[in-house]
Amino acid sequence: MSFQESNFKRFVEVGRVVLLQAGPDAGKIAIIAEIIDHNRAIIDGPTTGVTRQAFPYRHLTLTPLAIKKLPRAARTGVVKKYAEKEDIAAKWAASAWATKRAQVEARRQLSDFDRFNVMLLKKQRRDRVRKAVKATKA
Amino acid sequence: MARTNIYTGSQKAAQVTDAPAETKEVTVGGDKNGGKRTVPVQKAPRFYPAEDVPVPKKSRKTPKPASLRASITPGTVLILLAGRFRGKRVVFLKQLESGLLLVTGPFKVNGVPLRRVNQAYVIATSTKVDLGDFKLDEKFTDSYFAAGPKQSRKSAEEEFFSADKVKEREPISEARTADQKEVDKTILAAVKKTENLSKYLASSWGLSKGQFPHQLKF
Repeated sequence: MSFQESNFKRFVEVGRVVLLQAGPDAGKIAIIAEIIDHNRAIIDGPTTGVTRQAFPYRHLTLTPLAIKKLPRAARTGVVKKYAEKEDIAAKWAASAWATKRAQVEARRQLSDFDRFNVMLLKKQRRDRVRKAVKATKA
Repeated sequence: MARTNIYTGSQKAAQVTDAPAETKEVTVGGDKNGGKRTVPVQKAPRFYPAEDVPVPKKSRKTPKPASLRASITPGTVLILLAGRFRGKRVVFLKQLESGLLLVTGPFKVNGVPLRRVNQAYVIATSTKVDLGDFKLDEKFTDSYFAAGPKQSRKSAEEEFFSADKVKEREPISEARTADQKEVDKTILAAVKKTENLSKYLASSWGLSKGQFPHQLKF
């Protein structure tokens, strides 16, 4: 029987970059340093301000990023070295996922007047698009 | 028994006991009666009332005017949530003695006149109109806005059956319009300094799908 590759792309594995969804560090990314059991892993985020801690899987999301060569149970210093070498923070910040999150957060922080201004700008954009579409159709 | 039930006695009885008993002098006949006597104007009742008349307890408490929310300062744009102008965005001017807020549209922008509003029915936004050293006239007090003496109105029935059914609107006094213009002049000038602010004040506020006021930042 030939070995078949899994269809899954992201695994809970040492070196996997995860997004924290709960707790005081919610919204930050961290790296799995060691897997404790079926419920928790030790995560560490020396470059993102996350202290080393046990974290339940149900409160984190796996990202497509991973440090493949990170040794098992590496301590904070080693994790930091690998994270900086692979430039994880920059890769994450450049990803569509992170950009979208930042955008949503920025929109949430808008004041009432800011929202009004956004509405005006969106109206302008709509108008221009509509006119351009009409021009191409004619 | 609930305390409030004590107060349900007739108000008239209470008033009689409150009135000070005035006395008058009366001439009386008879040699040994001294000629004159002071007697009370209103005779004391000959019998004690069979039932005690409850007298309402005097309250020494006076309501304090509401303290102004920290987020509201002169020039703050407020969103009105109740009344005839609900949904309008207005400019806050000052807090009056009674604790009510004095606001203006400005009238030219959104039709809201100089008006008192309760701060409980208002959302304070973080947007502020820079009023600089704008000084509001001292005449804008609570009495300025108090309703004038009521004119004798025809009964509703009479009004209903009168020939011209269109009710005449009371014209707004010229003094009021002049005051409105005077106040709005500086505010309009300040509003113009910020782009789109005039449009913002002219538009009315509302919630759309998926928006919850407690989650929004104003």
